[in-house]
Amino acid sequence: MAGIVGYGVYLPKYRLKAEEIAKVWGMDGERVRESLLINEKTVPSLDEDTATISVEAARNAVGHAGIDAKDIGAIYVGSESHPYAVKPTATIVAAAIDAVEDLTAADYEFACKAGTAAMQSCMGLVDSGMIKYGLAIGADTSQGKPGDALEYTASAGGAAYIIGKKDTIAEIVDTCSYTTDTPDFWRREGVDFPSHGARFTGRPAYFRHVISAAKVIMERNDKKPEDFDYVVFHQPNGKFPLNAAKTLGFRKEQLETGMLISDIGNTYSGATPLGLAAILDRANNGDLILAVSYGSGAGSDAFIVEVNGRNEEKRNRKTVRDYIDGKEYIDYSVYVKYKGKLKGVALQK
Amino acid sequence: MTGIATHWRLIPQRYNLVGTRCSNCGNKFFPPRDICPDCRRAGNIEEFRFSGDGRVYSYTVIHTPPEGFEFQKPYVLGIIELAEGPRLLSQIVDCKPGDVEIGSRVEKVFRKVIADGREGIIRYGYKFKLKDH
Repeated sequence: MAGIVGYGVYLPKYRLKAEEIAKVWGMDGERVRESLLINEKTVPSLDEDTATISVEAARNAVGHAGIDAKDIGAIYVGSESHPYAVKPTATIVAAAIDAVEDLTAADYEFACKAGTAAMQSCMGLVDSGMIKYGLAIGADTSQGKPGDALEYTASAGGAAYIIGKKDTIAEIVDTCSYTTDTPDFWRREGVDFPSHGARFTGRPAYFRHVISAAKVIMERNDKKPEDFDYVVFHQPNGKFPLNAAKTLGFRKEQLETGMLISDIGNTYSGATPLGLAAILDRANNGDLILAVSYGSGAGSDAFIVEVNGRNEEKRNRKTVRDYIDGKEYIDYSVYVKYKGKLKGVALQK
Repeated sequence: MTGIATHWRLIPQRYNLVGTRCSNCGNKFFPPRDICPDCRRAGNIEEFRFSGDGRVYSYTVIHTPPEGFEFQKPYVLGIIELAEGPRLLSQIVDCKPGDVEIGSRVEKVFRKVIADGREGIIRYGYKFKLKDH
């Protein structure tokens, strides 16, 4: 089966502390931090968007894989914040990594799981022999309505995966999905900010899909939680993945490495791919990883990934940790400017 | 909405610093030249891709930006000397004006340069960031 040949990540430099947001809206910053388990989130610069984040992650992935970008036969970019409503982000990435012209490309959208859906598509094309390598990207510059709980977490970042059969650093042992029609979070065409069903986003949405997908993939591969060295779940806040892990029977130590929410927020389509990348940055030969994404609307994609010796031989030198540590804080007013939330100010976004 | 074809034609330069070199004398050009000014007819021009590494040759800080850049001020505009020789003009991003010095090492990044208003195309391209920052 197809595996991961290389991966790359990107996070913008700017950070906004949860306390800074809480101060503006008359909330207790300490309580917000404790309830959502978030310290700070990434904020894209004025000249960054899903396309630029995707390109930086893709360039890092191609560099890590050490492949010729011309051998990439498919590029799929998963995001809910594509810069254009009509015109693909994937073609911008294709040109910027010089993968043009002999390839197929498209954009995906499935709330926070479009990136993992892109990985599955690439796996299918690789396993069928239609392409040599596929490039799957999950990236977002997500939006939260000012004053809404989402504002504390909605952040920016992305990860890119080169999927192929030869010289993999990790095998994707299996993947499966769990999908239903569940309206827990949405944004209508032309509307600036998404809406959500508050508590409805929990049990019938996140937990039902994440837990079901995790159970199905473990059952059909005859695996138990204790067989895994690492686990990563989608991270809309700090509590949901903790609870999902507890319900399924995973220990906190299995979850910790891929839990990035408290430092970077919810990078939406980038979240599970970034968590998996943080694990791959450290994982050794033989380590088994369970990764389960979640996208509102709703669905989960589950993956069992087995790391091989090549991951240690060619460690990714641009780690998630490096990007987390390379930061600069901004205050709420600068954040409002960067995100184009000021009325009457056309940032040419 | 003007200049869509121009931008499209310049995508290899703007996205990937694709220039040219003369295989006769080894000189490298960015933006690309079709004829080597030294070798003239004896020259042989071929495509050359610049690495994106370089140094700050000189810089200035923009406090009164042109239309489209108003909200980025103050920002740094630098003359970058590419590792392979040619110099080009570019914004230096993700830093404060005080962080930049002549000789600072820089590397290319992929950024949004300007958009044609709310309805037009978005022009992406190279900018640079400090390497040791």
